[in-house]
Amino acid sequence: MSNDGTRWQDLPLGGVILQAGNSVEYQTGGWRAFRPVILWEKTPTQKACTRCLTCWLYCPEAAMVAAAGDFTGVDLDHCKGCGICAEVCPVKCITMVEESQFVGEVAR
Amino acid sequence: MALDGNSAVAEAMRQINPDVMAAYPITPSTAIPQAFAQYVADGAVDTEFVPVESEHSAMSACIGAAAAGGRVTTATSANGLALMWEMLYVAASMRLPIVIADVNRALSGPINIHCDHGDSMGTRDAGWIHLFSENAQEAYENTLQAVRIAEHPDVRLPVMVMQDGFITSHTMERVEIYDDAEVKDFVGPYRPGYPLLDLDHPVTYGALDLADFYFEHKRAQIEGMRHATRVIQDVGAEFGRRFGRPYSLFDAYGMDDADLAIVVLASTAGTARCAMDALRAKGVRAGLIKPRVFRPFPGKELIEALRNVKAVAVMDRSVSFGAMDNSGPLWLELLAAAQLHKLAIPIVEYVFGLGGREITPGDIENIYRDLAMIAATDTFSRPVTYLGVRGDEDFQSAAPVAVRAMA
Repeated sequence: MSNDGTRWQDLPLGGVILQAGNSVEYQTGGWRAFRPVILWEKTPTQKACTRCLTCWLYCPEAAMVAAAGDFTGVDLDHCKGCGICAEVCPVKCITMVEESQFVGEVAR
Repeated sequence: MALDGNSAVAEAMRQINPDVMAAYPITPSTAIPQAFAQYVADGAVDTEFVPVESEHSAMSACIGAAAAGGRVTTATSANGLALMWEMLYVAASMRLPIVIADVNRALSGPINIHCDHGDSMGTRDAGWIHLFSENAQEAYENTLQAVRIAEHPDVRLPVMVMQDGFITSHTMERVEIYDDAEVKDFVGPYRPGYPLLDLDHPVTYGALDLADFYFEHKRAQIEGMRHATRVIQDVGAEFGRRFGRPYSLFDAYGMDDADLAIVVLASTAGTARCAMDALRAKGVRAGLIKPRVFRPFPGKELIEALRNVKAVAVMDRSVSFGAMDNSGPLWLELLAAAQLHKLAIPIVEYVFGLGGREITPGDIENIYRDLAMIAATDTFSRPVTYLGVRGDEDFQSAAPVAVRAMA
């Protein structure tokens, strides 16, 4: 939640949050300096993602998205770029790339 | 009945019958949780007493219990209050109406168990309401009112009720304890704001709050403190209607026709009244103001009460090291209020009583004499005097040197 115009008079006392599970609305992707990029197709020198879900297991932000048991990619609205996924990947198919390389893309 | 200040506060807490008291013993407030634990053991209260391993844990447990929806109290002094430090801010910012009985004691070091106000004054920016008591009766009555003030929907802030360590906490006095049922009716039921134990309405306390909302939450907290000035007076007036002793922001003695005024907190106000009466008998127009509320600071109201005097001495039982002229917080706030509300008279400072150094009616008569000379000349020799400290014998008066030489 960035500045949405909410005034101090409108806030519940004491900074409490009244809606359960609304942290998904708080987009923290903007904090990221490095973005995990997943290699989906193998190259002569590098294995591709095997969908083993090790990164999904370790990601502290639950930003590695899996649907129906299959790995589908990174939730860039919440990934903070910590690099744990790249570190734990058993085939080293995740590369941390500086965000400056993505300037011009839709901001996340 | 005959009670000391600690027992009077324990009686108040028995009558309040809080849901939780979490406390760790420390001199000179130990007798409060000690007596209260006895009430719990005897079944005289319904309270869950949590004996914790430190004051940081005491305040943390209080915060948890208050967030859960309980009415919560604790007691502490000096280093115990200091150990609560970070949690004091959390309690206030979460708008949890916890009540602390703080028995004022000098902070270490050097280690000392006697009275000064350095412990609670250090917490003056923590977001708590500060009520000072002159004697055991006031400590009892302030504690009862603290619950109403803290829990008022327009305030929702924690309250610290002070009394002077040993001087009040351990001195037997005649204290009038009101009927249990009447007190219960005055204190009333507690309606928590967002109780965690309301499982049908789950909430989150203490979430991360960055640049986008922190300031708005602080502004809302300020609003609670702003409302407190009115609520304290309303609750004090209602207390007066029910029990015969009305309370306000401060007490004024002899201020209708006073030329010279002393402003002093807590038990020393009683000593000052003695000195004032002696001087009044000699025709000196001496007056006295005893602030009850230090937070929120009633600057405008205090200045209006001082509007017609010619000179003021503030007596601070604590020092703010490195503050302007190494003075105390009461003087600094009053000077600021005088500037804001355009009161251009000499206002001098006497720091006194640190670590329990005794203060006598004679000391205070001397201050009134200084004020007479200051008023006559509209000038003073030094803004801040450290009263009764050995080594400063030549600097014990704020009166102008030339006038003193003639006196």
